[in-house]
Amino acid sequence: MSTVTTTSTSLETGSRNRGPGTRHTASRPVPFTRLVHVELRKIVDTRAGLWMLIVIAAVAALAVGVLLFTGAPEELTFGTFLGIIGLPLVLLLPILGIMAATSEWSQRTGLLTFTLEPRRGRVVAAKLVAGILLGLVLIAVAMAAAALANVIGMTARDGAGSWAVPAGVVIGLVTGLTIFVLQGFGFGFLLLNTPAAIVASLVLSTAWTIASSMSQRLNEIAVWLDLNRVVEPLFSGRMAGSDWAHLATGAGFWVVLPLAIGTWRVLTREIK
Amino acid sequence: MITVENLTKRYGRFTAVDDISFTVRPGSVVGFLGPNGAGKSTAMRMMTGLTPPTSGGATILGQTYRSIPNPGSRVGVMLDAAAQHPGRTGREVLRLTGIQLGVPRSRVEEVLHLVGLTDDEASRRVRNYSLGMRQRLGLASALMGDPEVLILDEPANGLDPQGIHWMRGLLRGFADRGGTVLLSSHLLHEVQVIADELVIIGRGRLVAQGAKEDLLARGGVTARSLDDRALVAAAGASGVTATETAGGVVLDTDAATVGRLALEAGVVLTHLTSGETAGLEEIYLALTSADDREGAAA
Repeated sequence: MSTVTTTSTSLETGSRNRGPGTRHTASRPVPFTRLVHVELRKIVDTRAGLWMLIVIAAVAALAVGVLLFTGAPEELTFGTFLGIIGLPLVLLLPILGIMAATSEWSQRTGLLTFTLEPRRGRVVAAKLVAGILLGLVLIAVAMAAAALANVIGMTARDGAGSWAVPAGVVIGLVTGLTIFVLQGFGFGFLLLNTPAAIVASLVLSTAWTIASSMSQRLNEIAVWLDLNRVVEPLFSGRMAGSDWAHLATGAGFWVVLPLAIGTWRVLTREIK
Repeated sequence: MITVENLTKRYGRFTAVDDISFTVRPGSVVGFLGPNGAGKSTAMRMMTGLTPPTSGGATILGQTYRSIPNPGSRVGVMLDAAAQHPGRTGREVLRLTGIQLGVPRSRVEEVLHLVGLTDDEASRRVRNYSLGMRQRLGLASALMGDPEVLILDEPANGLDPQGIHWMRGLLRGFADRGGTVLLSSHLLHEVQVIADELVIIGRGRLVAQGAKEDLLARGGVTARSLDDRALVAAAGASGVTATETAGGVVLDTDAATVGRLALEAGVVLTHLTSGETAGLEEIYLALTSADDREGAAA
């Protein structure tokens, strides 16, 4: 640490050579776009966040590589590649949402976050928007990567190379990813503890899927309340009829409900 | 300007902060002094809207903290230097604050220079920071928005003596240019170096407040002698309150009286001062350890 003597001119705390309190550009609230910018940056600027993105990219690259070398040529289409890249995205991006929600408590950065913006609802909203934006950006990257893989497949393996992707699949990917990211935030805000929220969001829904496959009565309920099941037609682009109602109840229970309770907790909780 | 009025926080049957009132005027550096668990941090969290008070309240620059638009640009707050994400670099922490406040990017380098963090240190992750470096980073973050008021919880904790003097210079300069500073500490000597005025709390209650000199004067006279016990006895016989401490005998009177007492008792004095730390330390300990004593505020 450099030595700073008490007589040094570097003691000036004001940046513009005048006393504190002479500037009043501060009377406007922080624009929401700036909050989103900060929250987006906070998701990816930590070592953990960065590694999460690297892991997502690595898993996707691995899956694409395996498919490229071992898949049958007729399988090598843009749609297949997009589907295989989308999988780690859907599995791991919610964890970024969880970390974004819980780090304010587990790392206690909330002390700073909520003093810089005491209107906590705006912080929660900015986090959600940032998470969804990141999801959209990653889907765009996934599409570019899938296109690249498709070109490689055509040239190197004489793959089918079809570019046809039903619009429903893309919409499904966007909607599905948004649902899972929001679920991550919901569990994060609800539990305010990173490992607990990760375990709860992964284990609970999986346990529910397993349990419902063993019991007829649970199975009937699961049609409406098993998140993994209700998003299935969404990802395959086959949403029809009652699928939407199933999606609404499933997402309501696993996403909207934890998000609502979690937000209420954040708004009312004492921040230490 | 910080105004705290009848601020109270109860957790169930436990009262963490009990009816505290004081003001911090522009141009002054006020030390909020109290032992661990006295309620300093809780009070500061209530001032900054993180903890809802049970009753009473605080205003900063004439309004509640929560109603200040973009509060970070008017009030610099550091509530816990350790509360930083270990995976971010120091510079990144300041960048985030800067983006939110809407200050130019160059401000990051300005405040880094201001708090004495080098380029290399700023590029390291907070995980590898010492407590002293975290304090400097927290202070840098509080200064990012070029605020009028600073609220700092234990800012000198983890700083070496040189660092504490450096902080005094920084905060003194800030106050001299019209700024308002409230800082907390559980160590008297820290606050003595940095602050001009003291607000002392113990067990959630305000026990003394006033200018440092006035409180120091209340510390009486500190004497050391070749026979402290005899001195205490002589003082007792003359009705002067005297206490033996590690730093010598603290007597609740003036230096001349002590000299005369020693002369009459035939005790050789080796040291005689008024307004010394030992005295204030004694008051501080007495005031903050006793449950039932609400010291008459100066």
